Amino acid sequence: MRGNPAMHDLIAPGSLGAVLDLLAAEPGVWTPIAGGTELMVAFSAGKLNTPKLVSLWGIADLRAIETNAESVVIGAAATFLDLRKHPIIAAELPLLAKAASWIGSIANQSRATIGGNLVNGSPAADSSPALLAYDAEIEMISVRGSRRIPYSEFHIGYKQNALTADELLYAIHLPRRFARHKQYLRKVGTRRAMAIAKVALGATALIEKGAIRELRLGAGSVAPFPMRLLQTEGALRGKTITRETVQAARKALLVEVKPIDDIRSTAVYRRRVAANLLDEFLLALCREGSQL
Amino acid sequence: MSLKGKSKTGARWPTIRFTVNGESRAVEAPPMKRLLDVLREDLHLTGTKEGCGEGECGSCSVRMNGELVNSCLVPVLQAEGAEIQTVEGLALNGALHRLQEAFLQCGGAQCGICTPGMLMAAAQLLEINPHPDLAEIREGLAGNLCRCTGFMRIFESVVAAASEQTAEPSAEEAHHAR
Amino acid sequence: MSALATTRIVGTPVPRKEGVEKLLGRACYVDDMERKGMWFGATVRSAIPRGFIRSIAFDRRIDWSEFAVVTAADIPGENCIQLIVADQPCLADGKVNHCEEPIVLLAHTDKHKLREAAGAVQIEYDPLPPVFTIEESERQDPIVWGSDNIIKSFLMEKGDVDSAWAGAAHIVEGEYRTGAQEHLYIENNGIIAEYSAEGGVTVWGSLQCPYYVFKSLRAVFDLPEDKVRVIQTETGGAFGGKEDYPSILACHAALLAMKSGHPVKMVYDRIEDLAATTKRHPSRVRHRTALDSHGRLLAMELDLNTDGGAYSTLSATVLSRATLHSTGPYLCPNVRVRSRSWATNTVPYGAFRGFGAPQAIFAMELHMDEIAKAIGVDPVELRRRNFMHQGDTNATEQLMREPVIMDQLLDRALAESDYYARRARFARENPDSAVKRGLGIAAFYHGSGFTGSGEVYLNSLAGVDVTAEGQVRVLVSNTEFGQGTNTILTQIAAEALGIDYSDVAMAAPDTSLIPNSGPTVASRTSMVVGRLIERASLQLIDHLRQRAGLGASYSREEFFAACERYRAAHGEVSSLCRYEAPPGIHWDDQKYRGEAYPGYAWSIHVAQVAVDTVTYSAEVEEFWAVQEVGRVLHPVLAAGQIEGGIAQGIGYALYEKVVWQDGRMANNQMTNYIMPTAEDVPPIHVYFEEIPFRYGGFGAKGIGELPHDGPAPAILNAIRDATGIAFCAIPLLPENLFAGLVANQPVEEPAVS
Repeated sequence: MRGNPAMHDLIAPGSLGAVLDLLAAEPGVWTPIAGGTELMVAFSAGKLNTPKLVSLWGIADLRAIETNAESVVIGAAATFLDLRKHPIIAAELPLLAKAASWIGSIANQSRATIGGNLVNGSPAADSSPALLAYDAEIEMISVRGSRRIPYSEFHIGYKQNALTADELLYAIHLPRRFARHKQYLRKVGTRRAMAIAKVALGATALIEKGAIRELRLGAGSVAPFPMRLLQTEGALRGKTITRETVQAARKALLVEVKPIDDIRSTAVYRRRVAANLLDEFLLALCREGSQL
Repeated sequence: MSLKGKSKTGARWPTIRFTVNGESRAVEAPPMKRLLDVLREDLHLTGTKEGCGEGECGSCSVRMNGELVNSCLVPVLQAEGAEIQTVEGLALNGALHRLQEAFLQCGGAQCGICTPGMLMAAAQLLEINPHPDLAEIREGLAGNLCRCTGFMRIFESVVAAASEQTAEPSAEEAHHAR
Repeated sequence: MSALATTRIVGTPVPRKEGVEKLLGRACYVDDMERKGMWFGATVRSAIPRGFIRSIAFDRRIDWSEFAVVTAADIPGENCIQLIVADQPCLADGKVNHCEEPIVLLAHTDKHKLREAAGAVQIEYDPLPPVFTIEESERQDPIVWGSDNIIKSFLMEKGDVDSAWAGAAHIVEGEYRTGAQEHLYIENNGIIAEYSAEGGVTVWGSLQCPYYVFKSLRAVFDLPEDKVRVIQTETGGAFGGKEDYPSILACHAALLAMKSGHPVKMVYDRIEDLAATTKRHPSRVRHRTALDSHGRLLAMELDLNTDGGAYSTLSATVLSRATLHSTGPYLCPNVRVRSRSWATNTVPYGAFRGFGAPQAIFAMELHMDEIAKAIGVDPVELRRRNFMHQGDTNATEQLMREPVIMDQLLDRALAESDYYARRARFARENPDSAVKRGLGIAAFYHGSGFTGSGEVYLNSLAGVDVTAEGQVRVLVSNTEFGQGTNTILTQIAAEALGIDYSDVAMAAPDTSLIPNSGPTVASRTSMVVGRLIERASLQLIDHLRQRAGLGASYSREEFFAACERYRAAHGEVSSLCRYEAPPGIHWDDQKYRGEAYPGYAWSIHVAQVAVDTVTYSAEVEEFWAVQEVGRVLHPVLAAGQIEGGIAQGIGYALYEKVVWQDGRMANNQMTNYIMPTAEDVPPIHVYFEEIPFRYGGFGAKGIGELPHDGPAPAILNAIRDATGIAFCAIPLLPENLFAGLVANQPVEEPAVS
């Protein structure tokens, strides 16, 4: 244990408004901490370089999961266990429920939050491929008001995101329109549980008259941040699934992904497996049922 | 060992109040002090262990407000007002909890260092799912690493404890219910 | 004593002796302990793998007057950890030979100030070119150890290998490699030390071998026996990782206690423990084998090499055990094994469950499947044709005097795993499946106890006594760290004394109380020490009968009454015995020939593995282990040992990789050093056979290490069965499987059609 608690200020203003006021008064000074499953690991390793932290834990506004006719709105501080327990997420957004079950362990899921997962911004973030495949939107909030952007525009670089210095990630909006979509999510880790993704692919596709009408592919660990595979989607949209289209899509993916060698895996492995996951998805599209 | 009660600015540390195993406790501690260290150092409840400090091994698992958490990842400020159960709170009036009994009969503990966290995870699992199948047991315990047993006898212990559970809550379960 | 005679306690699942304390969370591990006025200690370690220490400076931003600072200059006795060869300094003195080598020790009351200070010690080096692998060391340029980089070598010969090649129908070669493996005990290393000029040194800690620590403390502090005391605290896993390392940590903590005038606690965090402590020796083994036209072994020639790291530690004995297990449980008339342990500038390797045998058996069992393929014989059949039987001699010409039932073990393993039917089913299903399945086997034996004359040299002393309060105590220096020492030894004593299990306790593992019955290693506890306790108990009964009126048969109450009569006459009630080698144990260290081990446990492992051709990952789906172990002293503990060892062996094969970067472990966090979780371990089926071994405690042979020998080769043989590809190195990660599986498959080709 290498962190020194005395070297950090941690305060809990207790309300969203108070937190936003603080971020506005001292932008860039206070690091929000929700469940702490990332920041406390850095703290224990002596690598938490943020002296001031503001706790989001226990702020009900941030943890609520609400539904309306068009969307499910997930508070940024909703834990992954919250997501797993929510009946509408389980029924209509199964990829997200699945991703939630892959976060660490039960003990991690009860504290790790979807907002923390996104703001931490690892290219391997477990919730990201599903959110990309579901065309999620991110709502950000500050004393100046709130704004929404597509999740696919949230990450702008390795561990860099679109939040301004006074903004907090507030909610994730997911459209409730995937009932007829084929859905796929697979994470490749070092073991079945407690594993950081080496490669991950999430996909939703609407097939009409044998052709791919809509397609969203979200990939993890193949770029500096989780990304939509737009070129690969382009190679498939409007097409029927034949040997040729599968090969063309694979070729497009192999060019589009840019994985690296790191302590967990290699670029050459990641490229190949990402392509294999796409094949697996496309093969399954030829089968019955909407969830794969 | 507790830090002296001063922050950088010389102010006293805040007092953080929570209940542990049914007892109200209050500690003066820096808000970022890990719950694990507060339990072990301030409250002298050394049953909860540190194995990794990264939330990977689960030997620091405790139950907080009805959920399983890795106490090495909880800053004590966030435990304000919480109800916490540690391994010391499992046995009732000197009688082993049925999970502890089962671990003893089935060989679920070898070196014992993962055992407190494993018991917490198993207790949490049985609370939510009184009759888990093997896949559910594996998932419930996936965050608790055991290097000695190969897990077989831990699974057996949980199955045995689950089968001991009756339809009516026992006095023990009522005691632990939230 | 006829060991499979009915017993009341031995062989029954009594509760673990210290189980309740562990389950209540009351067991006291070293980090749970405090001593009054205790400070904390930290270690400043080498940042480079090899070189001279040019200077050590202490940054003036720290008030060093608050700290105790220790360097090699402070060592009162010998700056040397006592093990086999005196080459490892307690603290580096002018030169470092591996990253993380300890140089400066600091102590302070405040853990956080300590950490800050450790970062404020500035060490400058003049680096020297390092060596990081067996191959680099073999070049013998640079020389980094001794005169030739060779820590130890052996030559084991039987018959006449050179003349066997000409007459061979088949000659098969292969090369096999294993990587480093970390013990990953869930409790990190830790010691608390106290020092006073009058009293000497006392240490408490997580350790396997109190008398090993005792020996090093005596040498480092130049103290007589009565001024050193070592007490084991409840130990949270060891697996060999706390056999020799605690001696280093104990000396460090004690030096700081001496310098500071306070008790000092040093407990590593995971980051430090992973980076700085011992691991399993990596290996490279080359086989060349001659067979006749019936697939029977004619000759085996091996070149076996281990990487010892920067200091010798236990490399000589690991190499010895590797050598002695390298030709497997097979009959072969002509053998030559040349083995060497090479020094490199990596963190010194040490003991780890199996101690060279897993490396050697990995190579042998993979090679058997290679031979089977090369000569067109079924791998099961090939083994059957070559098993030793009672009356055969092994590679050191040791006569197998006891029954050898490998055929029966194999039959049982095949039956329990439904081996042939499953294999046939997989052969049908695999072509149309993205997941390929296969079965693989491993056949092996494992020697219990120290090699050759080792046990005689150890000269273990152990026994029992009875306190005035009517408590029988087992007096041994053998320790509990999960494997069941406390339980089996008290079972044996209770059984042999004719009293209840609850009447017997372990004497505290405190060198001021216990005799030296040798280290807790080498699968010797149940066989060697168990037998000593059995003998000492029977000897006590004898004494009580002769001198205290105990009858030919007696009740428990009568036993204790006799003890009191005996105490009245003789002052104390105790019975100790020294090790006696079984008759006919002759070992020639020069010729490396004779009875290498008094007894062997025998085993067959079968693994079912699924290889996913989309992700290239291999998972063990089911595992069977059949073993003949002499006597099962405790069915639950014994099965638990096998299951745990198999889980570690699965990790060794498929998950656990030490990533080295310039001589330092780069993945020194649990998030990046991967062991199997509860979701990864397969169902493991364990079956015991018992042929009581007359010289073991109630007939028992050792089982602690046996289960770690088989999983890796069984798994890789299963992968060969599933994919047709022979992988020859572990850890075998998906990235490695991928390279082999798609060697001829361009990346543009879809994996699935």
